[in-house]
Amino acid sequence: MTTANLRDWLLSDAPTSRRQARFASWYKGWLTLRSNTLAMVGLIVLALIILAAIFAPVLATHDPYAQDLGQRLLGAGHSGHLLGTDSLGRDIYSRLLYGARISIYIVLLVAMVAPLVGLIVGTVSGYAGGWGDVVLMRITDIFLAFPRLILALAFVAALGAGIENAVLAISLTAWPPYARIARAETLTIRNSDYIHAIRLQGAGPFRIVTRHIWPLCISSLVIRVTLDMAGIILTAAALGFLGLGAQPPSPEWGAMISEGRKYILDYWWVATFPGLAIFAISLAFNLLGDGLRDMLDPKEDTA
Amino acid sequence: MTDMTNGEGRRGPSFAPWLSKTLTTLVTVAVTLLGLLFVTFMIGRVMPIDPVLAVIGERATQAQYDATYLELGLDKPLLVQFGIYVSDVLQGDLGKSIRTGQQVTTDIARVFPATLELATLGTLIGVAIGVPLGVLAAVKRGSWIDQVARLVGLVGYSMPIFWLGLVGLLLFYGILGWVAGPGRLGIFYQGIVEPITGMLLVDAALRGEWTVFRDAFSHIILPAALLGYYSLAYISRMTRSFMLEQLSAEYVITARVKGLSEWQVIWGHAFRNIRIQLITVIALAYANLLEGSVLTEIIFAWPGIGSYITTSLLANDMNSVLGGTIVIGSIFVGINILSDLLYRFFDPRAK
Repeated sequence: MTTANLRDWLLSDAPTSRRQARFASWYKGWLTLRSNTLAMVGLIVLALIILAAIFAPVLATHDPYAQDLGQRLLGAGHSGHLLGTDSLGRDIYSRLLYGARISIYIVLLVAMVAPLVGLIVGTVSGYAGGWGDVVLMRITDIFLAFPRLILALAFVAALGAGIENAVLAISLTAWPPYARIARAETLTIRNSDYIHAIRLQGAGPFRIVTRHIWPLCISSLVIRVTLDMAGIILTAAALGFLGLGAQPPSPEWGAMISEGRKYILDYWWVATFPGLAIFAISLAFNLLGDGLRDMLDPKEDTA
Repeated sequence: MTDMTNGEGRRGPSFAPWLSKTLTTLVTVAVTLLGLLFVTFMIGRVMPIDPVLAVIGERATQAQYDATYLELGLDKPLLVQFGIYVSDVLQGDLGKSIRTGQQVTTDIARVFPATLELATLGTLIGVAIGVPLGVLAAVKRGSWIDQVARLVGLVGYSMPIFWLGLVGLLLFYGILGWVAGPGRLGIFYQGIVEPITGMLLVDAALRGEWTVFRDAFSHIILPAALLGYYSLAYISRMTRSFMLEQLSAEYVITARVKGLSEWQVIWGHAFRNIRIQLITVIALAYANLLEGSVLTEIIFAWPGIGSYITTSLLANDMNSVLGGTIVIGSIFVGINILSDLLYRFFDPRAK
C-alpha cells in the first residue's frame, strides 16, 4: 500500500472494520499531537533519552563503575572524559547513560503499578456504590491527605532503602488520584444505555468492569500518568539524593547529585550534569503530558 | 441542647446547613487523622528493626529484653496496641527519640519554628510574585508575559528542588557572594537573641537586634526564594486559569461597556471574584512548602523538621520519623480543612 493510499485509508469517513476505525482515531490523535510543537519537542527528547538508555553500552566511553583515583574530579573534556569525572574518578558521561536506565526503569514500574491499583480501586468503588464505595473513597482520601514525599520517606524507612522499595513507596503514595479519576469516569458510564444492554445480555459485574468500563477510563488515566511522570522522576531522584533509593555505586542521577554535593563549590560539574539530566527528562514528560491532555481532553484549558 | 443538624425537627434558617456541613467535615477530619495514625502505626510495625532492641541496645540480657517487651505492650493484640498508640498521641506523647534522648514532641517544638519561618517567607515570596504574574498572564493572554509565566511554571514543575538549591548556593554564595552560606545564622551571631517565637527574623526584630536580623536574613533569603519559586509556579498557574474564567464572564463585558477603566475591570471586578479561590490555592501552596522544605533544609543545613526527619531516618530512629510524619500530616490535613471551611464561609455560592 502506498503512503497516499494508507493516509486515505486512515482518514476515511466510513471505516469498514473496527480495526480501521481504531487506527484512524490513533492517526488523528497523532496528527493533533504533531501540530503541537512543544509536545513534539518533549517526545523527541524522551525518545533520545530512551535510546541513550538502550544503547548505553555502545555509547558509553568508559565503564560506569570503574574507579580511577588518579583521574578524580577532572573537568569536562579532560583526557577523554566528555563530562569530567567524579570523586572516585568515574566517567560522568558514561554514568549518566547508565543512570537513564534506572530512571526509566523506576518510572515504568511506578507507571504500571500505581494506575493499575487506582483503576481497580476506583472502578470497583464507582461500580459497586454503597458502603464499599464510602469505605474505599475514605481510604483514598486518607492517602490523598498525606504529604507525599514524607509518606514515601516513612515507607522507605520501614521497608529499607533500595530501588524496588522506592518504587513501592512511590506507588503507595501515587495511586489515590488515579482512583479518583477512575471512579468519576465509572460513575458517568455506569448508568449509560450500553451498560444496561450488556447487563441484560447476562454479563456479570466482573466482565462489565474489566471489559466495558476499564477501556473507557484508560485515556484519562494515560494523560494523568504522563503528567505525573515528571513528579515520579523527581520523587525517585529525591529518594536517591537522600540515600534512600538506589544505593551506591549505582549511577542513579539523584545519588550522583548527592555525591557531587560535597564538591559543589569547587567542582561544580559533578552535581550539575546529573541535575540537568533529571531536568531534561522531567521537562520532556511535562511537555508531552500537556500535549496529550490537549489532544485527548480538549475541555481542559491549556495552562 | 437539641441537635439541630440531625433531627426530624425544624432546621434553623441558614446557619444550620453550614453547621451540619462543618460537623461532617470535622468527622471527616477525625477519620482522616485516625487513618494517618493507623498508617504510621503499621509502618512502625512492619519495619525490619526490632523495637525492643532499638530501645535497650543489642547487648541487653534476655530478662531486660522481656521486661522491655512487656513495657512496650508488644504482647497485647495489635488492635489494643493501636488503641494505646492513639491515646498516647492524643495526649501529645509521640514517644522518645533514640537519637537525641528527648521526647519527640520536645524535639519537634524546638525545630519546627525554623521550618515555619522558612515556609512562611517562601509563601510570601510566591504570593507577591505569583499572583500578579498570573493575573497579567491571563489579561495579556498569548503575549510574551503569558509565555514567561508558562515557562516559569514548566521549569518549576520539572526541576529537582535539591539540585536548584545546590546551583543557587554555588552561584549566589560561592561565586557572587551575595548571600550567606548554609545554616540559619553566622557563628558570631549565635546565642545573642533570646528566643521568643523561635523564628529568628521575628525574634531579632522584636529584640531590636538589627545586625542579627540582617545576618539571619542573608541566610534565609536563598532557601526562601527557592521555595518561593516553587510555590509561585503553582500559584501563578492557578491564578491565570481563575482569571481567564472570570474575564470571559458577561459581567466583565458589562463593566467594560459601562466604560470602567481596564484597571477597575481587572482588579475591582474580576480579581475580587477569585480572591476566595486564591485563598484555597495559597493555603495548599503553604502546606506543600512545609513538606517541600524537607529537601531544601538538607541542602541549606537548615535545622528544621525536614532535616530532623531525614537525620532520624538515617539513624533508624523511628519514633522521631513517625512523630514528624504525624505532625506534618496533621498540619497538612488541618490547612486543607481550614481552607475548605473558609471557602464555604466566605463564598455565598457555596452555601
